[in-house]
Order: sequence, then C-alpha cells, then structure tokens
Amino acid sequence: MASVVNSQPQAVVESDPRDRSAAAPNQAFPWYKPRSIGGKIVLWTLLLGFSALFMYPFVWLLAATFKPRQDVFDNRLIPETWVFTNYVEVWEQLPLLAWISNSLIIALLAAGLVTFSSSLVAFGFAYFRFPFRNLLFGLVLGTMMLPGAVTMIPVYLIWKELGFLGTTVPLWGANLFGSAFYIFLQRQFFLGLPRDIFEAARIDGCSYFGLFRRIAMPLSIPSFIIVFIFEFQASWNNLQAPLIYLNFGSPDQYTVPLGISYAMTLFSPTSGGQADYQYVMTAALLVTLPMLVLFAFGQRYFIEGLAGQGRKG
Amino acid sequence: MATAIDSQQKKRLRRPRWIKEPFNREARAGYLFILPWVIGFLIFTLGAMVYSLVISFTNYDLSTDTATPVGFSNYELLFKDPKVMTSLGNTLYYAVLSVPLEICFALLLAYLLHRIPDRGAGIFRIIYYLPKMTPSVAAASIFLLLLNGNSGAINGFLGLFGIDGPQWLIDPDWMKPSIIIIGLWSVSGTMLILLAALKNVPKDLYEAAAIDGAGSIRQFFSVTLPMISNALFFCTIVLTIAALQVFDQAFLLFYRDTASGSPDAALFVGVYLFQQAFQQFNMGFAAAIAWLLFVIILLITVFQVRFGNKFVYYEGGR
Repeated sequence: MASVVNSQPQAVVESDPRDRSAAAPNQAFPWYKPRSIGGKIVLWTLLLGFSALFMYPFVWLLAATFKPRQDVFDNRLIPETWVFTNYVEVWEQLPLLAWISNSLIIALLAAGLVTFSSSLVAFGFAYFRFPFRNLLFGLVLGTMMLPGAVTMIPVYLIWKELGFLGTTVPLWGANLFGSAFYIFLQRQFFLGLPRDIFEAARIDGCSYFGLFRRIAMPLSIPSFIIVFIFEFQASWNNLQAPLIYLNFGSPDQYTVPLGISYAMTLFSPTSGGQADYQYVMTAALLVTLPMLVLFAFGQRYFIEGLAGQGRKG
Repeated sequence: MATAIDSQQKKRLRRPRWIKEPFNREARAGYLFILPWVIGFLIFTLGAMVYSLVISFTNYDLSTDTATPVGFSNYELLFKDPKVMTSLGNTLYYAVLSVPLEICFALLLAYLLHRIPDRGAGIFRIIYYLPKMTPSVAAASIFLLLLNGNSGAINGFLGLFGIDGPQWLIDPDWMKPSIIIIGLWSVSGTMLILLAALKNVPKDLYEAAAIDGAGSIRQFFSVTLPMISNALFFCTIVLTIAALQVFDQAFLLFYRDTASGSPDAALFVGVYLFQQAFQQFNMGFAAAIAWLLFVIILLITVFQVRFGNKFVYYEGGR
C-alpha cells in the first residue's frame, strides 16, 4: 500500500514528458519526412527509379515469353509479333512438368521435415534444463557459421555409403535432423512464451511431449510458417545439391533449377542448339511464378523472419 | 502456506535441480528432444569434417571406393596448381568488391523506404523484394540475355548515353562485374534486415539530435549509423561468408557447359572445388581445397569480429 502512495506523484511528474514524446513526434518532429519540395522530388524519383530497375528484368522476361525466336533479343517490352504458342510448346520441348513435380515433392518434404525436427530441437533447448545445454546450443550456433563447402564432399560420400545415390533422399534427408538457423529462430519464439503455462500444464498432468504438441506448437504457428516457407524457397531454388546428386540420371529426374540449367545448355548455339531462348524464358517465368505466389501469401512471414535474423547479431 | 512455497522456490532458485540430480526426468526428456540435432551433428557435421580431413590426405577413388594415403601431396598441389591461386584471387576480388557495394546499396534502399509512410513503403518493399524470390537459375537465364554484349538490353541502355557497353560475358575484365550486378539486383534480403534495424532506432534520439541542431545528414551519421551498426556488422559477416562461397551465378553463366571454354576470370573457389570433386572426381584434392577455403573463411570472420567490435555500438554496454 505504501509503495503505491509513494509512486503516485512520481508517475504524474514523469508522465508529462512521456506523453508528449508518445503523441507528438509525428507532428512536432516529422524527421523521417523530407521537409523541402526538392527533397521530396529526389526521394520519389529514386524510389520509382529503383522500382523500374528491379522490375525491368521481369517485364522483359514476360515480353520475351510472347515473342517468336528471332525477336527475343529485340529488347522491346511490347512484342512486335505476339506469339502465344511458347506456353504450349515449352511443355513438349522440355520435361517441365516432371521437373516441377520433382521439385514440389522435394521442397514439401524438405520444408515439412525441417520445420518439425527443428521445432522439436528448439523446444528442447528452450524449455528443458539439462547439463551442457548452453554448450550444446553454442555448438548449434557454431554450425550456422560453418561453410557448406567444407562438408559437401564427405556428405556426398556418406550418402553414397548409405546407398542413396540416384534417389532424391540426399536432397531432403538431412532435414530430419533440424537445421541450425531454424532451431535458433524457433527457440526465440518458444522463449517468448511464458513459462508459467507450461508449469501449469505439467501440474495438470501433461506429458513433456504434450507440452510441445498441445501448447508450444499451437502458440507458435507463425514461426512454423516462417521456417516452412524459408526452407520451401531454399529447396525450390537449390541448384548445387541437384547438380551433385541428380545430374547423372535422365532429365526426367531433374529438379527445376537443374532442368533450366540443362535447358540453357541445350538451346545454346555454342553447344549445337537453335538458340530457342523463348522456351528458356517461358520456363524461367513458369518456375518463378510459384515463388511469387508464395511471397504474395507469406510476405509478412518473410519480413518477420528476416527482421529476426538481424536481431541475433 | 504462502511462506512454505516461497522458501521452496528460493531453494530451487539457489540451486538448480539438475545440479543435485543431473540426469533427472526433465533432463532426459530434454536430451530426447534435441536428439535429432545431436545425431545430425555427429554424422553430417562432426563426422563429415573428420571424414573430409581424412580424405584430403588420400587419393580417394570413387569407382572402387578405395582411399590410398598420399600424405601431404594434395596440400602441396594447392600451391602447384595455378588454378587454385587464380580462383582464390577471383574469390577475394569478388568479396572485396561485392560486399561493400551490396551493403551500401541495401542501406540506401532501406533508408529510402524508411523515409516514406508505411503504406507506400509496403508496395515498394514488395517490388524490391521480388528479385530475391526469383530462383537463381531464372535470374541467370534472364541476365544471360540482358548482359549479351551485342544485343543485350543493358548495353542498349548504355548506348542511349553514347556509352559503348563492354562484352560482359566474354571479356575477362567484365565477367566478375556481371556477377556483382546480378548480386546487387537481388540485394533485398539485406535491405529488409537493415530496414528492420532502422525502424528500431528510437525516435527520441532524432528529436534530441534535431533540438541540438543536427541536420538530416548529421543525424544519419551520428544517430542512424551507430544505432544500426549491429545489423550492419551482422550483414557484413553473413554476406562475406556467402561471397567467399559464391557458386550459382558463376557456374550458370560461365561454367555450366564443360565444353564452353570460358576464361578463368570468374572461376571462384566454390566453382573450382565443384569441378574438381564432381566433374574430375579428384575427391582428395577437392577436400584439400575445401579445407583451404574453410581456413580462409574462418580467418576473415575472426578478423571481422575482432575489428568490428570496435565499431559496433551495443546498447547498455558490452
């Protein structure tokens, strides 16, 4: 009771400047808005200029997909002769459907597995107290800095020993064991949950796995989505692993990046192709679209995930 | 009743339960939860690194799965093979040029986005982020045509200003800049990290600086930069590690076709490592290259951390 009385006058005195700074900055100090007309013009010119720079390759690509072979290099953003057959022929010219379904299966497996395994491990580090916990978590952070090039060769030989060469297992198998960055990210989410609710559930007889399954998981759906879409994108775009593990089979077994790379060589005049770049462009557009859709739906999560990355520094 | 719980809690606070009985139920459950990572670490990180070290001292034959010990000869070859030093030089050149350019460009973009109201920034943020969503192979195939020396759009654009654009993809002097251009186009991941950092700078610092008469340039250098130095530092380290391992674009533009015979100007360590391991199947030599790259990355990172700590502002001291 005494403390409440004591703090009362202080709070009144303090609230005065705090109120001003909470309500006023947008009117009194619009520091982030350029004040002069000239500043505004420069700002918006730069913003629009960079937008044009970033969008140009996409517009160029879209236009190229509607051009006949000889016009691809004319750099017109509106085709002179409109051709719609590229979108039909590309499926016959390249086993694009097989590539997309291979990539989709691998990406779903990779993302699903890594989301589940990383969250289990993250929950282990976030909730439980056990000897060497901090040391082990330090190791997790350490592996995040480990360059992938160092383990590329032995990992290949390990998959060879296990007899998984020629299958897609090496492209998602390691995801069963969690991934350092995602473990870090999800641990941050779990640490944000109040410990009391877990203690309460324990007292009510909830098992340890139940704590994860019934409390931690439903409360951290956003972190699951972040990890899932990050890994989905990484897997969909991954070029090096398919180059190592799938490059020797028939083109039907390729993933999207390996397939497009193959198509770039197939149609290249230097290797005896007809310079049918309109097909490469159409395929490139078709395989980028799923990523743009993913971004359209998950924009919030991409931004949240990246912002979280900066905070760990 | 209340006091009993209090004293019990105090006892628990003073001495964590796991010190008295280290491997109790909770600890065992914790180990079970992190078991997947422990297995993965033992096989795919620790095991792989030891394996890689062993291989680098052998002459590993992939077809027969036999490894003949050859001593240090793979490491001696690192200095004898001129392509190792060439690729190392190319990689360092690329990292030294691309990392500062990417940081500055990302910071400029983030700063621009930060200076307009959130609603407008949302649209620009989407536009700026789209290149990051583009698979590297799609980006490479677009830029393969855009950077074409004779009829590419980039030289067409330079031609408007009377500049005779270079043969980006053929002239050895312009091969690395081509890859840097593609890197700059998809810089938006770094931009978003820096934008988040800019948004976290307390507004009252700017007010205080404005009252003290600091203009927007002074505010940028005396308030903004120190307050986001942590994020800048993090981005620099991550981008450097990535730049030292650069692979995708160089491989796709120049070394995708083993018959193309592109000059070595964009032969990065990552690419040469891949060629030796998975095209020439010199696993032992490739493992030695990998260890060389690892040591270089480690040294540069340690140097950056030591050096960077002097410049990074940590809220509430270190």
